[in-house]
Amino acid sequence: MNLTLHVWRQRRSTEKGKMVRYEAKDLSPDMSFLEMLDVVNEGLILKGDEPISFEHDCREGICGSCGFMINGVAHGPVQGTAVCQLHMRHYKDGDVLYLEPFRARAFPVLKDLAVDRRSFDRIIAAGGYISVPTGSAPDGNAIPVPKDRSDRSMDAAACIGCGACVAACPNASAALFTGAKITHLGLLPQGQAERQHRAMKMVEQGNQELFGSCTNIGECEAVCPKEIRIEVIAVMNRDYLLGAWKSRESYRDSVPAELPRAGGKT
Amino acid sequence: MILNSKIPAVPVEQAWDDARFNMKLVNPANKRKYSVLVVGSGLAGASAAASMGELGYQVKCFCFQGSPRRAHSIAAQGGINAAKNYQNDGDSIYRLFYDTVKGGDFRAREANVYRLAQNSVSIIDQCVAQGVPFAREYGGTLSNRSFGGAQVSRTFYARGQTGQQLLLGAYQALERQVHAGAVEMIPYSEMLDLVVVDGRARGIVTRDLLTGKIESHAADVVVLATGGYGNVYYLSTNAKGSNATAIWRAHKRGALFANPCFTQIHPTCIPVSSEYQSKLTLMSESLRNDGRIWVPKSEGEKRSPDQIPEDERDYYLERRYPSFGNLVPRDVASRNAKTVCDEGRGVGPGGLGVYLDFSESINRLGRHTIEERYGNLFDMYERITGEDPYRVPMRIYPAIHYTMGGLWVDYELMTTIPGLFALGEANFSDHGANRLGASALMQGLSDGYFIAPYTIGNYLASNKLEKVTAEHPEFVKARAEVAGTVEKMLAINGNRTTASFHKELGKIVWDECGMSRSAAGLRSAIGRIRALREEFWRNVKVAGEADDLNPSIEAAGRVADYFELAELMCIDALARNESCGGHFREEYQTPENEALRNDEEYSYVAAWGYGGEGGEPELVKEPLTFERVHPSQRSYK
Repeated sequence: MNLTLHVWRQRRSTEKGKMVRYEAKDLSPDMSFLEMLDVVNEGLILKGDEPISFEHDCREGICGSCGFMINGVAHGPVQGTAVCQLHMRHYKDGDVLYLEPFRARAFPVLKDLAVDRRSFDRIIAAGGYISVPTGSAPDGNAIPVPKDRSDRSMDAAACIGCGACVAACPNASAALFTGAKITHLGLLPQGQAERQHRAMKMVEQGNQELFGSCTNIGECEAVCPKEIRIEVIAVMNRDYLLGAWKSRESYRDSVPAELPRAGGKT
Repeated sequence: MILNSKIPAVPVEQAWDDARFNMKLVNPANKRKYSVLVVGSGLAGASAAASMGELGYQVKCFCFQGSPRRAHSIAAQGGINAAKNYQNDGDSIYRLFYDTVKGGDFRAREANVYRLAQNSVSIIDQCVAQGVPFAREYGGTLSNRSFGGAQVSRTFYARGQTGQQLLLGAYQALERQVHAGAVEMIPYSEMLDLVVVDGRARGIVTRDLLTGKIESHAADVVVLATGGYGNVYYLSTNAKGSNATAIWRAHKRGALFANPCFTQIHPTCIPVSSEYQSKLTLMSESLRNDGRIWVPKSEGEKRSPDQIPEDERDYYLERRYPSFGNLVPRDVASRNAKTVCDEGRGVGPGGLGVYLDFSESINRLGRHTIEERYGNLFDMYERITGEDPYRVPMRIYPAIHYTMGGLWVDYELMTTIPGLFALGEANFSDHGANRLGASALMQGLSDGYFIAPYTIGNYLASNKLEKVTAEHPEFVKARAEVAGTVEKMLAINGNRTTASFHKELGKIVWDECGMSRSAAGLRSAIGRIRALREEFWRNVKVAGEADDLNPSIEAAGRVADYFELAELMCIDALARNESCGGHFREEYQTPENEALRNDEEYSYVAAWGYGGEGGEPELVKEPLTFERVHPSQRSYK
């Protein structure tokens, strides 16, 4: 099988990029998409050209490193699949593919198809956790968690942080990513103490990172390789609103708005 | 050199309490005066960095990925063991300890393993409190399953994504400390050398993977939590970026490397489909509960599996091991698959595969039950192979999955370089010659949450450390060496890519130091590895420039280290004239072709000292003694 690729090449975030055409020849349908790029890159290296940069690591669809747009769709045409698990049997001889990086202001291009997603880490750092110092946990079975809650929590926790949701969203919103973490922790009894505070902090951090707002378009859900449901955004909005209402001036007079947090500044 | 393992001279049950009581403590107000570098952000690294940041140390944590959440711990599927005995089925700390020592084929330290079993209980509590969504029963209590031959249900799990959920728990704890200013996280950064000053580990040299800048960081303690070296074999279930560079460079700076030949091969992986294959994908071991493994009785069989009648199939594990059948341990299942394929009875492309057939279970239990148990795995298999395992038997083949060997550490997880600690898969400590399923996650978190924070404090409180900065001559020298190596690789400008060398090296190691080893094969492998390495430094082609994001440079540096490590693995395998666990020497087997241990002569940890460029490595032995679990021949007949 032979394909024609048009790939976004950009040396660094400060330089301009452009689409470059490559012919990918003698491909096997059993190859993964990234293995196809490996073959193209081996050819480029031998010619003395720079290989195409793309992020990847586990190649099992769980680390969240890989991801780019294939003909305008994040992770390509197969639903519920990260690009590392996409195989060439879904293409036919002669296909023409356009590969571009995930585009968002909060995801600056590092090189070619690789983008910087550290803004996601900062959203988690702002509040995406349960504050429990090492060694201070009660027995694992001390607090029963109803199975359906635990299962729904796990559904949201499956997020791999790849950023496809942001890339697919016309607003470049991180609502699906942020909502998934808020839902994962907010459904569990262990996550209640910081629940609204968490939602407020994470949403505010997302705004600071210049992610857009959610306008319920739903593209994020369609491209998510872990099929995270858009309901998590509703959970995020509810927790955020509750938090905002409780931290309003008149309420703040009676209750401290900031929860104490171990380890220093809030 | 005599190795001091620092195991307290008390019964194993009291060892950890005794050690903790005797440790010196750092005054809470003084902790902020000490700096700690943690390299790696997987389960061991993230949990150690978070816990030490919480205690008040100044911590820097490094990872080569763009985010600590992408460390390869994330890919662990099956579960994590803990001696909770929630199922009331007779489990106990002692039983988990016993199973782990025996499963390791009596090549691990009893005291370490006992401490691991003790800590397992606190790990589950910690993770539940962090919000890890473990599987639950309808009453809200934690659910367990049995795993890998254990006779009790002690494995906690979060669907098939246990590693992901545990890592996210540790990652979130880490990010909380980042937010609090207690930990500085430095992603896109690869450690390329260790700096030793006056005999102590005092810092590291890194390459910023985005800019190519060679940087260094000075500190009081260096912690390596950089994982295993399975990628020596090129094809493995490890992530593409997983590498041995940090531990190997530390070895070259004086840290002994223990049991390098103890590598684990997982029996149920999706076979290689083409020469372009870049990595292998594991299918959870739990599939062996309901799948039957077989190959055709005759060689070179060309018919499709459904055309092969029952009496022309060989269910070889059920035939050879009637009492354990398809559930024999990993090493036994893997070796038998190799044997039938070597006989020419393998299936699929290249004849390197065996069938894992669910038709009998589907008939007996119904498709729905099988779907409930293994639906996500069947989907993954179909995605990769394009075949529907509900209709056609799966094809599986063994693949490298984990490395039990690693940097030698004492009971306090310190290497032979004072101030250098190694945690998780990067050390050799707890699994002996074979790791049991669901024990890797347990060890990573035990080391990071509950051991290193105490033992590192003890080191800091017991030693007077001079102030050292990154301007010290040793740092300047190390930076120059690292930069020189990068330049040297770029200048070769030969005719072969790094990947082509890596594939060739991997094939040599897989054939001669993989599932079965022989003296003749190992000797030949050592010669071929040396020749290939020599060619690498003459003929490799590394593209691009030094001061840029350049995966080509990263790959070349890692492969350069694999050559040296691969040679040491073969030397170690050649020196161990016995079979044990994952190390099977063809010359040492029972009449039934099972591994034959030699406890008289080989009941020791083989710790190797670096011999210098072209020199011979030096073997230092740490004898193993067994007070509680008495070595016996494993039998699964």
